[in-house]
Amino acid sequence: MNLRRIGTSLLAPAIGLFISLAATAVILIVIGASVSTVFSSMWNYGTSPRAMSLMLNLATTYFLSALAVSIGFKMNLFNIGVNGQYVLGALAGAVVASNLTLPTIASLTITLLVAMVVGAAWAGIAAWLKVARGVSEVISTIMLNFIAIGIISYIIVRTSVGTETSLNVRGTKLIPESGMLRGVALLDPGTPIYGFFFISIVIGIAYWFLLNRTRFGFDLRATGKSATAARTSGVQSNRMIIVTMLLSGAVAGLVGLPYLLGETGTYSLQFPTDWGFTGIAIALLGRNNPLGIALGAILWAFLDISSGQLILEGVPREISTIMQGLIVIVVVISYEIVRRNQVKSEQTSVAKALTKQEAKV
Amino acid sequence: MLKGVKLASILAVASLALAACGSSGTTAESAAPTEPAAAAVKVGMAYDQDGKGDGSFNDAAFAGLSKAQADLGVEIKEVNSGASATDATREELLTLLADGGYNPVIAVGFAYSTALAAVATKYPDTTFAIVDSVVDAPNVGSLIFAAEQGSYLTGVIAASASKSGTIGFIGGMEIDLIKAFEAGYIEGAQSVNPDIKIESKYMGAAGDNTAWNVPEKAKTATDGMIANGADVIYAAAGGSGLGMFQSVKAAADGGATVWAIGVDSDQYTVPALAEYKDIIVTSMLKRVDVAVYDVIKAVVDGAPLVGINNFDLSKDGVGYSTSNSAVSAFTAAADAAAEKIKSGEVVVGTTVK
Repeated sequence: MNLRRIGTSLLAPAIGLFISLAATAVILIVIGASVSTVFSSMWNYGTSPRAMSLMLNLATTYFLSALAVSIGFKMNLFNIGVNGQYVLGALAGAVVASNLTLPTIASLTITLLVAMVVGAAWAGIAAWLKVARGVSEVISTIMLNFIAIGIISYIIVRTSVGTETSLNVRGTKLIPESGMLRGVALLDPGTPIYGFFFISIVIGIAYWFLLNRTRFGFDLRATGKSATAARTSGVQSNRMIIVTMLLSGAVAGLVGLPYLLGETGTYSLQFPTDWGFTGIAIALLGRNNPLGIALGAILWAFLDISSGQLILEGVPREISTIMQGLIVIVVVISYEIVRRNQVKSEQTSVAKALTKQEAKV
Repeated sequence: MLKGVKLASILAVASLALAACGSSGTTAESAAPTEPAAAAVKVGMAYDQDGKGDGSFNDAAFAGLSKAQADLGVEIKEVNSGASATDATREELLTLLADGGYNPVIAVGFAYSTALAAVATKYPDTTFAIVDSVVDAPNVGSLIFAAEQGSYLTGVIAASASKSGTIGFIGGMEIDLIKAFEAGYIEGAQSVNPDIKIESKYMGAAGDNTAWNVPEKAKTATDGMIANGADVIYAAAGGSGLGMFQSVKAAADGGATVWAIGVDSDQYTVPALAEYKDIIVTSMLKRVDVAVYDVIKAVVDGAPLVGINNFDLSKDGVGYSTSNSAVSAFTAAADAAAEKIKSGEVVVGTTVK
C-alpha cells in the first residue's frame, strides 16, 4: 500500500518530465536546433561543479519561496504576495544588518528575525483585510506587491538609506563581512554554496514537523480540506487565517536573504522582484510537500542556470522557460490523471471484495 | 535530491533517442565550418534582461557590434541575462564568455556593474567594457554618455516645433540615469521658450523592472499628454517607447499636428518602427554603437580602451538624427545650441530642477 503510494506519487512527475522533454525536443526541431547538442550541453554544463553550486544557491531561494506559498496553499489561502513580503523583508534585513557591528551569530539572528517580522507584518495586512473586511487575499496581496515596490523605491531613492554604490546603481549601504553568510566552497572553489542552503533544510524539516506532527498542523490541513468540517469540530477559522498568513509571510520574508547575505550585501534597485511567482509554480510542482518542493526547486534552478549555456550555443534561453512552463502544466495534469486512476482502482477493488463477500453469503 | 537528478538524466537520454530520428536533417548547418578570422578577435556581448529588439538602447549596441563584424572581421557572440537575472547569473554569463576566449567582453547596461567588477579581476588578460556605469579596474573600459546634452538638443527642437506651448516626456524607470534625459530636455526647451509647459511621466518607479517594457502604459500616458495639449513628445523608455509612437501616430492620423522624438538609436530608420517613421521628427542619439565599435577596434589594434570614456557632444557621443527631413526647420537652432554646449557657454545639468 505504502510502496504503491510512493510509486504513484513518483509516476506523475516522471511522466510530466518525460512529456515536457519530448515536447521541448519537438520545439527545438522546429526552430532548427540540434536536439542532442542542446540536451547534452545543458546536462554537461549543468552538472559541472560551478553550475551545480549556482544551481543549489538559486534553488535555496526558490525552495523558501515555494515553502511560503505552500503554507497558504495547505489551507486554501493563495498568498500571491510573497513578492512584496520578501522584497520588504530583504530591504529591512539589509538596512538593519548594514548598521550592525556584532559577532556574526548575533548579527545574523537579528537580521533573520527582522526579515521574518517584516514579511509577516506585510502578509498580516492581507490577513486582517480578509478576516475583518472579507477582502480576497488574492486581490489584496497582489496590490500589496505593487505598494511594496513603491515603498522600496521611495526609501532607496528619496531617503538617506539609499546610496549610489557605483554609477547608476543605487542601494542600501554594504553589510559588513561580519553580518554576511557567504557559505562554504563545497563543490567549486570559486563559488561557495550559500550558508542559507543549510538553514533552508532546517526550515524545510520544521515545516514538515509543524504540519504533520502538531495540533496546529492538523487544524490547518483540516481547514484546507473542509472549512465547514473544521469549524464544526471547533477550529476557529479566522484565527487560523491570521496565523497561517503570518507564518507564510514570515517564511516569505526570508526569500531574499540567501542572495542578500550570500552574494550582494546590499539591497539595490536591481534586486529581483519576482521570485514569489516562481515559488507558486514550484509549490504546485512539489505538491506542497517539502521534499517535492526541494526537488522542484532544484529542477527549476537547473533549467535557469543551464539556460546561460544554451544561449552561448546560439539557442534562445527562453527554451528553458518553455520547459519550465511545460513541466508545471504536464505534472499538474498527470497528478490529476494518476489520482483519478487511483480512485478508480480503489473503487473496483472494493467492489470486487464486496461481491466476493456477497457471493459467500 | 540525487534521485531526482538521476531521473532527469534518464529521461533526458530517453527523449534524446526519441528525437534523434527527427533531427538528423538539421544538424548539417550547425556543423558548417567557421571562417578563419584574420585577427581571430572574438567579441562577447552581454545584454541585460531580454536584450536585443527594443529598437533603441540595446539595438544601438548591436549596431556597433555588427559594424565591427563587417568592417573588422571579428567573430561575435551575443548573450542576454534573462528576465529574473541576479548578480550571480550575470557573473556566470560573463565568466562563460571570458572563459570561452572572448576578448573583449562588453556588458550592455549598468545592471552588470557588480558582476563585471568580479569577473574582471578573475580574468586580468581579458579586456572588458561596460555601458552606462563605471567599474574601476585596469582592464575595464567604462562607457558613459552625456545624455543630458543630447536631450538638450531635442528639447530645443521640441520647443521650436511645438505650436501649443506644451510638450511631453515619457521616461522608463525613474532613476538618475533617465532623469538626466528629462533634465536636459527641459533645459533645452526652456532655452527656446521660458514659459513652455512640460508634462513628464515615468513608466515605473526605481526598482520596478517592468518599466522598460510596458508600451501600453506609455500609450495611455501619451494619450493623456496629447489630450492636455502636448504636441511634441520625447520618450526615453526603452521598449516602452513603442507606446508613445503608437499614441502620436493615432493622433496624427486623426488630423492633429503632433511629433514624436525617439531615443538612443535613430528610430526613424529602425525597420520595426517603419510604420511610425513619418511622425518621428528626430531621435536623441546616444552613440552606444560608436562606443562599442571603438572598444572592439581598440582591441583589434592592440591598444585596449580602458578607463572612463565619457561620450559627450564634443566627441559626437550624443547628438540628434536628421534622417527625417522634417527636422530641417529646426536644425539651425539645435546646431547653435550644440556649439554653445561644446564651447562651454552652456552647461547642461543632470537633475530636474
